Amino acid sequence: MWDRRHVISIDDFSREDIEDVLKNTAKMDEYLEKGNVPELMKGKILATLFFEPSTRTRLSFEAAMQRLGGTVIGFSDPSATSIKKKETTADTVRMAAAYADVIAMRHPYPGAAKLAAQVSSVPILNGGDGSNQHPTQTLLDLYTIKKELGTLDGIKIAMVGDLKYGRTVHSLCTALKLFDATFKFISPEQLRMPDTYKRGLTYEETTELDVSDADVVYVTRIQAERFPDPAEYEKLKGFYVINKKVVSTMKEKSIIMHPLPRVDEIHYEVDSDPRAKYFKQAYYGVPTRMALIAMVMGAI
Amino acid sequence: MLMVRHIENGTVIDHIDAGKGLEVLKVLGGAGDTTIVLAINVQSKKKGKKDILKLENKFLDKDKMDLIAIISPNTTINVIREGKVVEKINAEMPEEINGVLKCINPKCITNAPREPVTTSFTVKKNPVMLKCKYCSTEFPADMIQLL
Ligand SMILES: [Zn+2]
Repeated sequence: MWDRRHVISIDDFSREDIEDVLKNTAKMDEYLEKGNVPELMKGKILATLFFEPSTRTRLSFEAAMQRLGGTVIGFSDPSATSIKKKETTADTVRMAAAYADVIAMRHPYPGAAKLAAQVSSVPILNGGDGSNQHPTQTLLDLYTIKKELGTLDGIKIAMVGDLKYGRTVHSLCTALKLFDATFKFISPEQLRMPDTYKRGLTYEETTELDVSDADVVYVTRIQAERFPDPAEYEKLKGFYVINKKVVSTMKEKSIIMHPLPRVDEIHYEVDSDPRAKYFKQAYYGVPTRMALIAMVMGAI
Repeated sequence: MLMVRHIENGTVIDHIDAGKGLEVLKVLGGAGDTTIVLAINVQSKKKGKKDILKLENKFLDKDKMDLIAIISPNTTINVIREGKVVEKINAEMPEEINGVLKCINPKCITNAPREPVTTSFTVKKNPVMLKCKYCSTEFPADMIQLL
């Protein structure tokens, strides 16, 4: 069922699929911790096709493949490759599929990953296609919650910041719906969660930064370019900042997450709080991608 | 009943939602050199008011009927040959529509030049919305554009 499967969109994942990935991620996490990772990908090649740069995602995929004993080829700067010579995405993917056993790709155009899956003879792992999907991020987010809180079922998650354009929070809504989570959407009026993602959810919506009842506080960056008026941005961004004072109102057993990079929406003083899990979250990207690679390659 | 040109051979698209006739004509690709009669706000027993579109010597394929159903559900398509209605089709909304429409998201991979890809949309009802299977963009039926 997993062998040769493409990982394109979290919308394609059932609850069972997600649980499968999390179980295997836990296994990889444990191997990494004990330093005894089996060489499941020995002799195999991962191609990382980054049509748009994203250092964090690329390094995480590459580390995952190498931890499993495999090797990596690819590009991270499309201007240096044939893309500049106007080769189509489809042709670039077909070429890479001829050289490698599995492909991780990132692309500025939404829908590019689905196109890649249609033309590729090897599994595609979508590392982000424009504003559309970034399923490995969602899966590592879910793993972080599961690992740090022990469960995904019935949790209360507060999402803070830019909920309108934030791809990660949209996908997380879709996934957590399968686990009967309840949601609190905290954002400025202009950056509210779009209706299409709220369908079928149990949620409340507010402009007030009150996270005292949340099990998970998921923070996203508010970007200046979303506001036509710079003064409006300056005024609003200060409202949605997680500092020591805000953290002191949080439940003892709760966690703070952020897809990174953060700017000043989480103060540095919060980093030492045991509830701050955003660096661990970034680390979990490696075992999550190890699990996915091994699964689509039929190695576990 | 309004007196309009009687056609010997062609298609009569009846029970179009009042005011949607022009949109239906647009998704059929306009008039071209076909003789067309469009009647707007015609009295109807069934729905109060309706639009009617008559196309002389023109017959519709499944793709076109699907598009009509998306714009105006409950439309009836009458096929006329030698002055008689030989077939009456209730245009049914398809669950998906492939290859005839353009995605409204300009950044969508289906709008990139030379990529080997056919557009594909899921059709949702109440209200009618189309969702691009590639970029996930959703848009209402009145925003559809032909390829
Ligand atoms: Zn699209």
